[in-house]
Amino acid sequence: MKRRDFIAFIAPSVVAMTLLIALPLVAVFAQSFFIDREVMETQSQRVCDPFGCRDEEALVPVRDTAGEIIRRREFAGLGNYRELLRPDAVAGAFAAGGRGWEALGNIDFYRALRFTLTFTLGTLPFALLLGLALALAVNRATRRIRGPVIFVSLLPFIITPIIGALAIRWLFIGDGILTAALEWTLERDIAVFANGWAVEALMMFYRVWHVAPFAFVVFYAGLQTVSRDQLEAALIDGATAWQRLRFIILPHLAPLIIFITLIHLMDAYRVFEEIVGFSAQAHRISLQWMTFDLLQPDDSGNRSIARAAASSMLTMVGVVILLTPMLRRVWRNRREEAR
Amino acid sequence: MEYDGYDSRAFRLSAPLRVGVRVMLGVWMVLAAFPLFWILVMSFKLPVDAFAPNPLAVVFGPATREAAGGISVLDLAVLGGLGFGLWRLAPRLREASRVAAGLGLIGVAVGIALALALLGVLEDGLAGVPVLGLLVEPLAGLTFQHYRAVWVEDAFYREFTNSAIVTAGVVCLSLSIGAPAGYALARGRSQAAFWILVVALVFRALPHSVLITGYLQPFIDYGLYGRRIAVITVLVAINQPFTIWMLHSFFANIPAELDEAAMVDGCTRFQAFRRVILPTAWPGIITTGLFSFLLAYNDYLVTALLLDGSSMTMVPSITRYFNRETTMTDQVEAIAAAVSITAPLFLLVMVFQRQIVSGLTQGAVKG
Repeated sequence: MKRRDFIAFIAPSVVAMTLLIALPLVAVFAQSFFIDREVMETQSQRVCDPFGCRDEEALVPVRDTAGEIIRRREFAGLGNYRELLRPDAVAGAFAAGGRGWEALGNIDFYRALRFTLTFTLGTLPFALLLGLALALAVNRATRRIRGPVIFVSLLPFIITPIIGALAIRWLFIGDGILTAALEWTLERDIAVFANGWAVEALMMFYRVWHVAPFAFVVFYAGLQTVSRDQLEAALIDGATAWQRLRFIILPHLAPLIIFITLIHLMDAYRVFEEIVGFSAQAHRISLQWMTFDLLQPDDSGNRSIARAAASSMLTMVGVVILLTPMLRRVWRNRREEAR
Repeated sequence: MEYDGYDSRAFRLSAPLRVGVRVMLGVWMVLAAFPLFWILVMSFKLPVDAFAPNPLAVVFGPATREAAGGISVLDLAVLGGLGFGLWRLAPRLREASRVAAGLGLIGVAVGIALALALLGVLEDGLAGVPVLGLLVEPLAGLTFQHYRAVWVEDAFYREFTNSAIVTAGVVCLSLSIGAPAGYALARGRSQAAFWILVVALVFRALPHSVLITGYLQPFIDYGLYGRRIAVITVLVAINQPFTIWMLHSFFANIPAELDEAAMVDGCTRFQAFRRVILPTAWPGIITTGLFSFLLAYNDYLVTALLLDGSSMTMVPSITRYFNRETTMTDQVEAIAAAVSITAPLFLLVMVFQRQIVSGLTQGAVKG
């Protein structure tokens, strides 16, 4: 392909990604070091109370001729980051007499980080195992039931995440059908949504339910290319079903396991819809939810965009850490190919 | 040729393992479908029944049956028959030629109308008859009042229109800028092609909130906030890394000799792409379009933050129901809205199951 053609074909896509992904990233990075402040001035105000009147100095926001509050962008250095990371509070928590990890749980950022990491790493093995088990089972099943199983399995995968989370929440909310069933078997009153760990478990259950079909379909496709000769040879050598799985099928699926792991880490790290769907913010928040919350207008209609920028950048650090091993592998492969 | 599992006798599993496999598949089918089936059932019931602790009360809805009538055995049989027929027909309709598919759709519509008319006549005729009359007695309560509240009183069709516009816009734009890029990446052997793909992979991992943080202030300043076109542009950009990856692997499967032959015959590169490659790549483009559709349709974060009341799409507007969830009726209305949002997706899987599966495996097979 000629260089000129290549550029012409790829330009629209690259321009879109540069303008709408790369540029905002740079802007957010820059923004995270600034803060928008209302311009204040001291005014003397006459204050009257039952003991008489006097002049008092007060800080009031300056308004322009239209009555709008004037705002000015100021350099804040690492101020936005300090407000999120609260190094002083962290030092206090781990100093003598501090409350350690427990105190960290009261700071939004660490609370969100703890949940996001638990969620990302905790759901991964379950999604992989369930997907693999389903793929092996369907591969064994008769042809006739494969179609319906795949059809039903795709439902949790394509459903709108918020709606999927809500559907599961409605089974448990109040005296929802499953809460009622639990209460009936355990013979005591249960309020699932009053318990932070229960909500967390439910969110993780939802995610596994939502992504296992993806792993299943990918593994199932992979199983179709396992070498039949190898399997037969192993059978003749007396390998059990478990040994065939362990020494032939799993090594064959290894690249797919890496692929699914990578996609899962990327997607689960962005956990967000679960928090909204389960209304979990009182108990558990995620990094992306924290940014979302900062971006939403507060009671007086202000959005803390500067703090959201800092929170975005901290979230990005996690993405980079997640992707580094993979990018290094790509890089190494590329160099070897070039040789 | 498709390799057919482990059908040969030598690979037979032991009996307990075979039972285990079947039980597991059964449990999974129930687990996968139950939450969706359950909200569908709840959405047709009065709140008393919908949130009854006894599952039988939810399914049969005695209070709903008293107040608003219900659905009879005969109705269920006819509906079941229609559903099954459609399910068998859907894949064939897709494969048929355009004229045949159009005629087929008309036939289906006429068939449904006829079946319903016949049902009405039957119900009137059987109502008084002793044993047969039981067939047309309402069996389970059924009310459309929550759907009416959502679609008519709350004018949900406006959100539906917004969703349709945003989704259609995203799919068309994504594909029209993504397809040439995917093609160039599949054919280009340069360093640039490799690095663009790597950078796209990194972009794919970005949490969307990071990007929204960048857009929000300029959008408010330049009057783009709340505009559907702004959200379409943003979703297209967010979707682009994934789109070019997927299209790149589809185009890579098309032999390069094909465009060379076209160019020997006097086509320019662009003509070869448009006249020869695009028609060949159509299945891959449909599959990629499906995934763009899912991303745009299911999005909550971008639409919730960048759209306002009048331009809201369906998914973010569902929060308005469960935030005001003060009465039980509001809750069931939220459920009816949720079912309304899910219905198009259900149809999508029914028609495009094979394309979705091929799309899921595409990325994996090509690495």
